[in-house]
Amino acid sequence: MSHPNDELLITDAAGRAETGVPLLSVRDLHVTFSSEAGDVRAVRGVSYDLHPGEVLGIVGESGSGKSVSSMAVLGLLPDNARVTGSVQLAGRELLGLSDRAMSKVRGKDIAMVFQDPLSALTPVFTVGDQIIEALTVHQNLGKEAARKRALELLDVVGIPDPQRRFKNFPHEFSGGMRQRVMIAMAIANDPKVILCDEPTTALDVTIQAQILEALKNAQALTGAAILMITHDLGVVAGFADKVTVMYAGRPVESGAVDEIYYRPRMPYTIGLLGSIPRLDESSEQRRPLTPIEGTPPSMVGLPDACPFVARCPIAVEVCHSSEPELLPAGPGSHPSACHRRADLAGGTIPVDGVFPVPKIPAAPLDALPRADRATVLEVKGLHKHFPLMRGAVFKRRVGTVRAVDGISFDIREGETLGLVGESGCGKTTTLMEILELVAPQAGSVAVFGREAANLSGRERMEMRKDIQVVFQDPMASLDPRMPVGEAIAEPLRTHGWSAEKSRARVEELLKLVGLEPYHAERFPREFSGGQRQRICVARALALNPKVVILDEPVSALDVSIQAGVINLLDELRAKLGLSYLFVAHDLSVVRHIADRVAVMYLGRIVEIGDVASVFRAPSHPYTQALLSAIPLPDPHKERERTRILLPGDLPSPANVPSGCRFRDRCFKYASLNAAEQEKCRDEDPMIVARPGREDHATACHFADALEVV
Amino acid sequence: MGAFIVRRLLNYVVLVFIATSLAYLGAATAFHPKDQYLAKNPPTPAAVMYQELNERNGNPEKPVFERYAKWVDGVAHGDFGKTWQLDSVKKHFSISVWVTVRLVTVAAVLSAILGVLIGSFQAVRQYKFSDHSITFASYLIFAMPVFVLAPFLKLIAVQVNKAVGGDKPLLQYQGEIDPNATGFFGQLFSRADHLLLPTISLSLGLIAFYSRYQRGTMLDVMGSDFLRTARAKGLRKGRAILKHGVRTAVIPVMTLVTYSTITTFAGAIITERVFGWNGLGSWFTDSTRHADVNSVAMITLFSAVLVLIAGMLSDVITAVLDPRVRL
Repeated sequence: MSHPNDELLITDAAGRAETGVPLLSVRDLHVTFSSEAGDVRAVRGVSYDLHPGEVLGIVGESGSGKSVSSMAVLGLLPDNARVTGSVQLAGRELLGLSDRAMSKVRGKDIAMVFQDPLSALTPVFTVGDQIIEALTVHQNLGKEAARKRALELLDVVGIPDPQRRFKNFPHEFSGGMRQRVMIAMAIANDPKVILCDEPTTALDVTIQAQILEALKNAQALTGAAILMITHDLGVVAGFADKVTVMYAGRPVESGAVDEIYYRPRMPYTIGLLGSIPRLDESSEQRRPLTPIEGTPPSMVGLPDACPFVARCPIAVEVCHSSEPELLPAGPGSHPSACHRRADLAGGTIPVDGVFPVPKIPAAPLDALPRADRATVLEVKGLHKHFPLMRGAVFKRRVGTVRAVDGISFDIREGETLGLVGESGCGKTTTLMEILELVAPQAGSVAVFGREAANLSGRERMEMRKDIQVVFQDPMASLDPRMPVGEAIAEPLRTHGWSAEKSRARVEELLKLVGLEPYHAERFPREFSGGQRQRICVARALALNPKVVILDEPVSALDVSIQAGVINLLDELRAKLGLSYLFVAHDLSVVRHIADRVAVMYLGRIVEIGDVASVFRAPSHPYTQALLSAIPLPDPHKERERTRILLPGDLPSPANVPSGCRFRDRCFKYASLNAAEQEKCRDEDPMIVARPGREDHATACHFADALEVV
Repeated sequence: MGAFIVRRLLNYVVLVFIATSLAYLGAATAFHPKDQYLAKNPPTPAAVMYQELNERNGNPEKPVFERYAKWVDGVAHGDFGKTWQLDSVKKHFSISVWVTVRLVTVAAVLSAILGVLIGSFQAVRQYKFSDHSITFASYLIFAMPVFVLAPFLKLIAVQVNKAVGGDKPLLQYQGEIDPNATGFFGQLFSRADHLLLPTISLSLGLIAFYSRYQRGTMLDVMGSDFLRTARAKGLRKGRAILKHGVRTAVIPVMTLVTYSTITTFAGAIITERVFGWNGLGSWFTDSTRHADVNSVAMITLFSAVLVLIAGMLSDVITAVLDPRVRL
């Protein structure tokens, strides 16, 4: 296979053609793992150049080979990996170097920041020692000098009180703080290249914004080039200069950020961009997402065909018989691996028209004004406090975790309420309290106007038919040893359906969620993540519930798969007149699917209202910060936006600040005068309707709308 | 931490008391020391017999609870009674326990170090030939009880000595030290020589046991993100594995090592017998044979204390090794 892009000049965001010697030059990189099923060709010909100070984004879904290719650059793949091709760092070949020689490069010239900060630090050494180790491996520093430099590094990456934190162990740090430590170690020796493998995927969005900022600072400080591996097209849009899209172990499109986002020339890229819900779409522009059907191919024994062919709506005969090379569609165009690139570039096939927009029927209930619809779920002043215990021998109560601290909302028929907030804000506890259908510690939960507290055991059992749940991880929530048909039939059998009737219903349900009746005999492991989530949805719908509680139903899925599940949920709501309580941390998804949204912070709802009002005119500083932290998959908009960065981490719900619980992270609080600040300190703000707004309320003494998206 | 240890110790005193009392009552009911006197030829005169039985607090005419009360009273005053040979139990204990300590210490330390190293080595070279052959050897050792292994080692020693020849046997397999050894180094060599075979006999099983566990925990660590981080920092593979991998993987194994080490002090019975060391194990078998209730109770008391110390020590060691653990 020849690689003609070797000679290509790729223009960066500013339109400059690159000149000079690349810092890191990867050519025709192949990685093959031996397995019992045969050779797994995880990476099949990756080439790119990285120049000093440049940021290259590598985008792809799980299994696309993006992480493996970066590990190959560092020489950190397991022994059963065969790596061929060439990796040159400033002209020096790295492939084939011994571990001893490679160790001198790792952490010195090429540093790395990994995905999961919770497991990336050794649990038994202090954070300070681990940074010192990164320094002393490559530099001949005295004990005191190393310590001083490590403290400096902690300070640079924004860890408050480094003197004290230096002696802490990793488990005493939050996820965001640990990622900062990782960045500190990465920049310890002024590397030339920093490889970032999904550095913010495991983090909450406000923390993600902080970490991206820390990375930018680190880059400014060291002048390093960054290779940013991610599945999030939003992160790359604002951060990278160039983008390479990977699919099935190969780059399928690469070019300057703007080229890729505004002039994609490969159906996979087009599909990816169309399948992400947009935070910046208005309710009028809202249209169904365009999912990419099917799943990526197995990497064992790939035929000579376009690997995307089975999922591509514009595939022609040649796509089945030869794999397209990465070539530009014409002069001045960026390279893409698609036989139909010329048609896409020439406009014969309109880019918007590649993927058919699915038709989602309108819900009959949507025509009815909200006030005229029946309330299906009403939560009033709900509290859930947990005692905080210490001691292994003599347990004693040392405090209270105020997980849910007085929240109220209602859901009307046929409506979707999005409940959003960062981890630890009490979303899941709220769900569990509702699902339990018993009297809460304080406040009330009512389904169809009936208080859960007053139900008898039999009535409660009956009521469970009406309120069902879908969980986040579709693999963990299906019994791996139970055929999916049985799993779906389980709620039916529990509620006394006969085996025969259940079987007929299971078939009906499988069809309803877009699967085939014969799938009932199969086991969960035979399905992809998206299909598994469809099975979970089918199980939730078995008893014809009125309310479905969705706990992060798409956050464990790849973007292209996610879109299909979101569309399915949307369609089912319209068809069956369902009401959803949709819990998510991803505000773009909520913006897309919800009618109303409630924003939670530390056990309270700080802002609630219809989606258009809350997203267009967020009035609580936390909502504003949250929305502004979300990167948009739109390079122009991203470059023009200014982020509101919140300081610090989410405080512990065991230690809630007095007055307004958001005040110690609030940017607005800082701008207030002393008397106003006192009000925030002393008075717990109540949630009140915004003046002149029908359905928009916020819990801030100084609420003021601000457009941030 | 201090308060925690004190609380735990108080709990232990109660547990030790219950365990030892049960052992005493069990032994006092099951043993018939009088029969041993009667079986002697020529028989002991009745007066002497009863006098000795009384002296040993083992007179079957007295109700068992009366004897128990007397024994408890004695123990509370530091008197553990008399052995079947009418020695002081305390004195006998203070001699035997050191014999056992000298026998077990080297084996315990050696097997912990070797077990951890061999297990780690296996994990690093998983499914290689060396891993498979060590695993095979481990199972072979597991399948071989000490009462087979120890005489087998003795047999080998005899063959080796025969093959080497010379007027003095090269490998010693009886007792602690050659009484004719002179000089500091002479005695030291003789001790080491005598220690060699029993140490192997004690260690092999422990090494096999520890290495299996270490291999398992190490395999979990081998794929861990922090090991990758360590290498990405620029640590070489071996150093990263030793410093970050073994250090983390050893934490759960250390609990096991502490426990087994401490309990080995009370459990080297067969090895002591086979190689003729008069430690606690030999004493225990002797005393059961001679229906010696006081000695059995003493050894049980000691074992109970050891087990509880082991439990506490393993907790403390885990807390010291693992900063995430808080007591």
